[in-house]
Amino acid sequence: MARKSSRDRLNNEINAGSMADIAFLLLLFFLVTTTIAEDKGVLVLLPPWSDEKPQDVKIHQRNVFSVLVNANNQLLVRGEEMDIDKLKETAKEFIINPNRREDMSESPQRAVISLKNDRGTKYGRYLEVYNELKAAYSELRNDRSQQKFGKFFDDLTQDQRKIVIDEIPLILSEAEATSFGEESK
Amino acid sequence: MSKFERKSGKNSPAISTASLPDIIFMLLFFFMTVTVMRTAEVKVAIQTPNATELTKLEQKSLVNFIYVGRPYERYQSEFGTAPRMQLGEKFADLGDISFFLEEHRLKLPENQKDKIITSMKIDSDITMGIVSDIKDELRKAGQLKVNYSAKRRVD
Repeated sequence: MARKSSRDRLNNEINAGSMADIAFLLLLFFLVTTTIAEDKGVLVLLPPWSDEKPQDVKIHQRNVFSVLVNANNQLLVRGEEMDIDKLKETAKEFIINPNRREDMSESPQRAVISLKNDRGTKYGRYLEVYNELKAAYSELRNDRSQQKFGKFFDDLTQDQRKIVIDEIPLILSEAEATSFGEESK
Repeated sequence: MSKFERKSGKNSPAISTASLPDIIFMLLFFFMTVTVMRTAEVKVAIQTPNATELTKLEQKSLVNFIYVGRPYERYQSEFGTAPRMQLGEKFADLGDISFFLEEHRLKLPENQKDKIITSMKIDSDITMGIVSDIKDELRKAGQLKVNYSAKRRVD
């Protein structure tokens, strides 16, 4: 009899009631220490540094889309003042040149974006402009890949992407910043 | 009619809490996977700008961070109010960048060294002067992959 009852006890299940408490404890710990990964940003590739003066490359004026941002965060695009809202559309039109205009790029491969800012330009403004220019290119690439492959650019295979990128390469040259409005240290 | 009456007549049994641990564990695992332990205390005020063309930084071990902003109030007596750069735990000068990058490179295997990305967390109210200087330093050090940290903009 005694043996039987002890076996009964062995067969008893472990009380899992406190499991929830333990789990809660761990949960709270991770809740407190967590910072949800929000590491996103605008990816850029800087040009390599060289001590020599860059050689002058003759580029036809019609192929250059110059964007200047001054210390008051105003935009000068191809010699005209412009609102940032219009920058993307203007850039897109310039790159593709749908109406074959004489004063816009000969082809997307030849188009060069030239970005120049002042040392007094706000970083937020600079990134906004950079973002608009990048957005113009990614929209054009998206359109192109829709036409060619019927898919979004992000869904393309590596080889297909390369074809699209070769057709619409992002050539962005950043000139050295001017220093008219540098913040005093 | 009678159907409903019969039910309400009985005492409702207690809700079983047996699945509670499972639910909690599920939440726990969620937070365990998304958690990133704070590596460095940021000593400068940073409000990153908004953007749309965002790229996610996938592999944490390949990323190093440069913070630029105005020092928080409690550091202002020591470091002033002008925008400063922070590398790792401490305030740094432009000359320290190449050493900082080299330190990170040493920790990685050879084949991953060219995949390093520098994430620049910069306050959007900072002027470009210091940013340009940092960019030049990065170029000199051969660190060309740069990610300007930004938040998603909702249009």
